[in-house]
Amino acid sequence: MKELALNILDIVQNSIRAKADYISIEINESVKKDLYRIVVSDNGSGIPKEIMKNITDPFVTTRTRRRMGLGLPLLKYHTELTGGELSIRSEPGKGTQVEASFSLKHIDRQPLGDIIGVILILVASNQGINFDYFHQTDKGEYRFSSEVTKAYLEVSTLNERVLLDQIACMISENLKEIVASGVDFKERKEKFYEQSEIK
Amino acid sequence: MSKITSLADLKKRREELKSGLDIRVKAIDSENVVQVKVAMATCGIASGAKTIMEFFLEQLERRNVAAVVTQTGCMGYCYAEPTIEVKLPGQDPVVFGFVDIKRADQIIEKYIKTGELVDGIIPVNYQTIDLKE
Repeated sequence: MKELALNILDIVQNSIRAKADYISIEINESVKKDLYRIVVSDNGSGIPKEIMKNITDPFVTTRTRRRMGLGLPLLKYHTELTGGELSIRSEPGKGTQVEASFSLKHIDRQPLGDIIGVILILVASNQGINFDYFHQTDKGEYRFSSEVTKAYLEVSTLNERVLLDQIACMISENLKEIVASGVDFKERKEKFYEQSEIK
Repeated sequence: MSKITSLADLKKRREELKSGLDIRVKAIDSENVVQVKVAMATCGIASGAKTIMEFFLEQLERRNVAAVVTQTGCMGYCYAEPTIEVKLPGQDPVVFGFVDIKRADQIIEKYIKTGELVDGIIPVNYQTIDLKE
């Protein structure tokens, strides 16, 4: 995984599998504390105690189609590359919180990458889940909530392409405003048209 | 065009567009539309499944194909990621492996639109993947 946004996308899959209907992604950056922290929380079924003991072991998984689970071990590895750590708190029946801390200025801390693309994919393909994204830097903070957005726009789903593109613009402008580091603000539309060969 | 920075801007832009464009309200009947499931486990994400998912979410709508695109867990074909499962209405699902943008384009234009099979099918005998894992 070359960007932390992909690790976040991976960890959120665990929350979706745990049948969460509220998933929060929080990112805190602090130059003063030399801290880059990602917290993914959910209200899903939680992690059983017997699995919690070895949950960051790559050969521990609740999946049945294979015997490895790499999402948490990979994230742990990336935190430890920068002198950080991964901590997981869970209560069966209530939910789980995964907290990954990195050194902000460490050369081995991967960039956040296309977090906007990740938010759009999660919102568009999981209409029954309330996603909350909160990003805080030394310059300010920004929150995006799929439920608040739906309520404000008086819509029941966020799956129209035009609307999703506009939401991407809104999140992008706000992350630029607070100078969120390492975000890939790419233009996606033109790229796909250029690559099509059957026209 | 002015920037969208707040929910108020979003609402205003939406209302501007509504007066000029026909924004379709999607009422999805999942039995009668194409279902595309993109495997989104660690192996898939590391191999580029996110890009493929974005492609299907965007292009199926742009090309006027009635479809539901969702993510699923590992289907077990980690060696062939990114993998997707496509179920056309009334037909058995088909799994495609090694899906890049070019293959995704072919899957839409050939298999989804006309039923013509394309390269990369992973032959399996199973029922459609449910999120059991």
